[in-house]
Amino acid sequence: MNQNPAIGHNTVPKMTARDVNVFYGQKQAIKNVSIDVSAEHVTAFIGPSGCGKSTFLRCLNRMNDTVDGARVEGRIELDGQDVYASGMDVVQLRARVGMVFQKPNPFPKSIYENVAYGPRLHGLARSKTDMDEIVESALKRAGLWDEAKDRLNESGTAMSGGQQQRLCIARAIAVDPEVILMDEPCSALDPIATARIEELIDELRGRYAIVIVTHNMQQAARVSQKTAFFHLGTLVEYDDTSSIFTNPKATRTKDYITGRYG
Amino acid sequence: MAEFAAHTVKSFDEDIAQLRAVITRMGGLCESQIAESVDALMSRNAEAAQTIIENDKRLDALEAEAEALAVRIIALRAPLADDLREIVAALKIAGVLERIGDYAKNIAKRSAVVAQSQPVAPAVIIPEMARVVVEIIRDTLDAFVDRDPVKAVALLQRDQQVDEYYNSLFRALLTFMMENPHYITPSTHLLFVAKNLERIGDHATSVAEMVYYSVTGQRPAERPKNDFTSTVYSPE
Repeated sequence: MNQNPAIGHNTVPKMTARDVNVFYGQKQAIKNVSIDVSAEHVTAFIGPSGCGKSTFLRCLNRMNDTVDGARVEGRIELDGQDVYASGMDVVQLRARVGMVFQKPNPFPKSIYENVAYGPRLHGLARSKTDMDEIVESALKRAGLWDEAKDRLNESGTAMSGGQQQRLCIARAIAVDPEVILMDEPCSALDPIATARIEELIDELRGRYAIVIVTHNMQQAARVSQKTAFFHLGTLVEYDDTSSIFTNPKATRTKDYITGRYG
Repeated sequence: MAEFAAHTVKSFDEDIAQLRAVITRMGGLCESQIAESVDALMSRNAEAAQTIIENDKRLDALEAEAEALAVRIIALRAPLADDLREIVAALKIAGVLERIGDYAKNIAKRSAVVAQSQPVAPAVIIPEMARVVVEIIRDTLDAFVDRDPVKAVALLQRDQQVDEYYNSLFRALLTFMMENPHYITPSTHLLFVAKNLERIGDHATSVAEMVYYSVTGQRPAERPKNDFTSTVYSPE
């Protein structure tokens, strides 16, 4: 098999990872992963539970820093800048590399405040009018404006699951990130809400580098242009999504996507 | 070819096995329909010809069954990778085999007209040509069942033999018609019979290409063609 299945975009990568190893205490969760993430594509990470795909995703904006006993080795760069450099402002990094989680987790605040929170923290608005514009534009890009515009002062947690997830996407977008990481963003949603998120991902593509972890193979096939298959902490195969799902090169990839794994 | 582990969902394997079985039955039926239609033609057996025409309905029914199964598998299992390629190939192969059956039925129909006139000498090549065509279909279906790309790609060359038979029959029949204008009607029908067999050979070869793609995910290299009759003005 290919020595390094990962690298090989033609475009300048938005994020690069080289020889990344992650340990939780004694246990190694990620083994020598190198991968490039392009700004022009949606990149999907797939693999069975425990394969390390979420762990790896969380390395990209240093979410693993908050996990006790987690240790990250190797180099991860955002636009050539070392994400793990000692001078790196982690709050700033997470504004540039936003994240959407599996379960929608709006703040117990109003819809407006959910979106305004980040921009306020980062001082992006100089006036109330500025902030109103940021909130409206983020909600519009997240496809939530029509449903939310008349209830901006209602609690975010009062919305439906699908709306809450789009609110979380609006919240991530509001700070004008460069990369959006999504960790199984649809797994708690019904098919209609899922379809709306997928449509949203399609609309956001090109504006942000998007990386999505999903257990739904068809979803990975639908929303992404590049797919990476992780297994037992290693990156097994990384290729155009169309190749991965119609003609994967590695037997492990094929067994997993065709439902023969394990 | 590599052995495949079973799917975690066992009924998925059963569905695929059922689809393969339908395709195999269609292939077997195609072989017998071709062989029997040529027998009926050579033995001038109008009754046998009628049975063949009737039997074609079974092929149509099997094609519908294959299609329903494939659609069901796609809807329920959302197959991917080699599974997906195999289901799509099976769907197309069913269509091609149904078409091959139509050619066999057409040979049976023509045998009734041919039986009404004196034997045409060059027709003796037809059973030999049919034998090669039937062999190609059998081996193609074997390659499909065994998921054997080596066997499939080897078959791509075999159609040249059918083309050569067709070329020589084409010339022989043209010459025969020039010399014996009374025989133009049966000779023309025999020319169509030969053309049907030549078409069957082409279709069977395209099935072999589908098998190759289904197993490997790659398209085979362009295959050679030896049918030059389209450009022949008069026999040399």
